Amino acid sequence: MSHHEHNETDSHDNSHGNGLGHIIPKSVYALVLGALIILTVITVAIAQVDFGNWNIIVAMLVSSVKATIVALFFMHLKYEDPFTWIYAVIPIFLLIVLIAGVFIDNPFRY
Amino acid sequence: MTHKAETMDPQGPPHVHHMDATTAYGAAKLGMWLFLATEILLFGGLFCAFALFRWTYLEEFHQASKHLNVWMGATNTVVLLISSYFAALAVDAAQHGNNKKIVTYLSITMLCAVGFLVIKYFEYSSKYHHGLSPLNVEFNSPEFNAAYKCFFGLYYCMTALHGLHVIFGMAILGWVISKARKNRFSERYYTPVEVGALYWHLVDLIWIYLFPLLYLVG
Repeated sequence: MSHHEHNETDSHDNSHGNGLGHIIPKSVYALVLGALIILTVITVAIAQVDFGNWNIIVAMLVSSVKATIVALFFMHLKYEDPFTWIYAVIPIFLLIVLIAGVFIDNPFRY
Repeated sequence: MTHKAETMDPQGPPHVHHMDATTAYGAAKLGMWLFLATEILLFGGLFCAFALFRWTYLEEFHQASKHLNVWMGATNTVVLLISSYFAALAVDAAQHGNNKKIVTYLSITMLCAVGFLVIKYFEYSSKYHHGLSPLNVEFNSPEFNAAYKCFFGLYYCMTALHGLHVIFGMAILGWVISKARKNRFSERYYTPVEVGALYWHLVDLIWIYLFPLLYLVG
């Protein structure tokens, strides 16, 4: 990913000065789309090989990489303030608690 | 957020308005993120149910998932990714105050959304013709494999709820397009474009997880 060179040069106030949000160079969006499509192809390709229990773990990891770059760049999360980050992270944490709780509870139900 | 407003306020002292433009923009965006958090938890309940039943009926879920068409699912994934890309470009156009480009980019997003729904329709109707939908009599009979019922029950709940989000997202983007046609947006005001695009990206985000779970690993 070539977004690194933008990180240092772009501070929080963008090139337009009076604009509201952070302006990301259009080339970054194109790179992100390319990466997302390549990752989709990888997901489909890996699923054709049987790794047993590892298939779902690998698939979820690749999906999480995709979701992260969608959030960071398409949704501009990379440039948002800590409040927005809290709102983005809390549901993921709650979801992990829910799934962990259900799976811990399940063996004692029968 | 207020300290930011004081330094970045583009419209001078905020005494005229209830909120200055920058604060209103930030507040609306934060509100959308909070709503998206509740959306993740709404789908999260279904993801949790899927995880539990997959663990319970591992082999049956694996077999049932083979009835889904991977290529249609993969095509729809790419269609949604492209739609999200153009939604992001629409926000970029809005940041440059270009209403014409907002209309163009969001129209492409809408076109992708229609394509997604058309493919989804073909998938649903093919399931129906194979007797794998709750509308089929044999599917509802007690002899029908319970684990298959469970898998397809979750498949329909999750994809239909997601499909409703696609339709709702299209309604929002349609409204944004109609405002952009009237040149309502500028560098200083484009909150509906940004917030509408955020919602659309969430629709994409959910599908990023739905596709491998339902179509690939079962």
